[in-house]
Amino acid sequence: MRVTFTANGREVEADDVWEGESLLFMLRERLGLPGSKNACEQGECGSCTVYLDGAPVCSCLVAAGQVQDREVRTVEGLADPEGGLDEVQQAFVDAGAVQCGFCTPGLLVQSHDLLERNPQPSDNDIREALSGNLCRCTGYEKIMDAVRLASARKCSSSEVSQ
Amino acid sequence: MEFLRPATWDEALAAKAEHPSALPISGGTDVMVELNFDRHRPSALLDLNRISELTAWESGRYEGQEGEVIRLGAAVPYTRITRELSAELPGLALAGNTVGSPQIRNRGSVGGNLGGASPAGDAHPALLAAGRDVLVEAESVRGTRLIPIDEFYVGVKRNSLEPDELIRAVRIPVADGPQQFSKIGTRNAMVIAVCAFGIALHPKNGTVGTGIGSAAPTPRRAVEAEEFIAGELAERGLWQSGGLIGPAAIQRFGELVAAAASPIDDVRGTAAYRRHALAVMARRTLTWTWNEYTQSLRSAA
Repeated sequence: MRVTFTANGREVEADDVWEGESLLFMLRERLGLPGSKNACEQGECGSCTVYLDGAPVCSCLVAAGQVQDREVRTVEGLADPEGGLDEVQQAFVDAGAVQCGFCTPGLLVQSHDLLERNPQPSDNDIREALSGNLCRCTGYEKIMDAVRLASARKCSSSEVSQ
Repeated sequence: MEFLRPATWDEALAAKAEHPSALPISGGTDVMVELNFDRHRPSALLDLNRISELTAWESGRYEGQEGEVIRLGAAVPYTRITRELSAELPGLALAGNTVGSPQIRNRGSVGGNLGGASPAGDAHPALLAAGRDVLVEAESVRGTRLIPIDEFYVGVKRNSLEPDELIRAVRIPVADGPQQFSKIGTRNAMVIAVCAFGIALHPKNGTVGTGIGSAAPTPRRAVEAEEFIAGELAERGLWQSGGLIGPAAIQRFGELVAAAASPIDDVRGTAAYRRHALAVMARRTLTWTWNEYTQSLRSAA
């Protein structure tokens, strides 16, 4: 079947999509968007997290056909093509929160959503928000640092603009 | 495989009548795992995401149910249940907040838990505890059928839906007393319950509701435990006095809850552990809810 939807602000079309295929497979294998990672295929690891109509979801657990006419935003859509990396991405780089990098795309989308909803999360809020994203390298401390850093920058930049 | 995408509820019912073996998919958090691992290859998927009624809830009064009732659309995601219905359905909101991860809670729904009918579904203990008059609204082109929650679960991953029926909503009475939910797992997030327990105090009619998860072929209530504790509360006038239940009765309640389960040994835990944990959860959640109830009595006085 054919699936037409919006990916990172652009209308895209995928052909010959198998009816039982996941959104993750379609993004990676048919649309050239390999940022979302495929690890567990059962929603355990969060590496494939994308926005679907503004809510973060595991793209391995969404059937490709379900996104017809809907909006998907992947990790590739976080950075501004003009303005460079998103605040969350820059904070992950600066805090050293990336080791092997496999879990990073999912963590970025999930952290991005957290800070959109709650620009000043407590440590508990961060842990809760990231509880569905597994990282086997960092021990999570640097990831916590990155989200705190992104939060601090976000809050100070919004104060400046005010 | 076919991919059916009805735009309206009537179209969905017609599609289900025409393709009774089609597997409904909404959040996909269970269905897609089966597909990704090739454990199940249904003849068709019936996508319910376009049907907006399924993601809405309303409150009102309904025949056969006392007091105010929440009619919860089958596909309202757990994130919204916790955010929007914590006061009306506290047990379900607590249970829903233990489902998977934030990403899973953005997609998973009570309709999915009911459709899958896994004994480990987190919503089930809360639904059972909420009362015997919790009704599952099953609909087909033939009409609407209201299935009492106690008749809904019929076997391991089997429910009492007919092949042409879809779950439209669940009608759950608004809580008239404190409710709690407790669940055992290796960590807080991303856990399939080793076992779970839900409890609801119903001061209006002097009953106590319970629900056991992951410790029997189906979710089930602990009938004897419910009757025992309701009897204690009534005989000793505790609903009015707000006095202490006391350790002996609490202990007995835990034992009766454990006795109501028929758990098995499996990869997540042993039967003996499940029974033990259920007794502990039953004692604790009874104490928590009773403390909350007595505090509400005192603050009202």
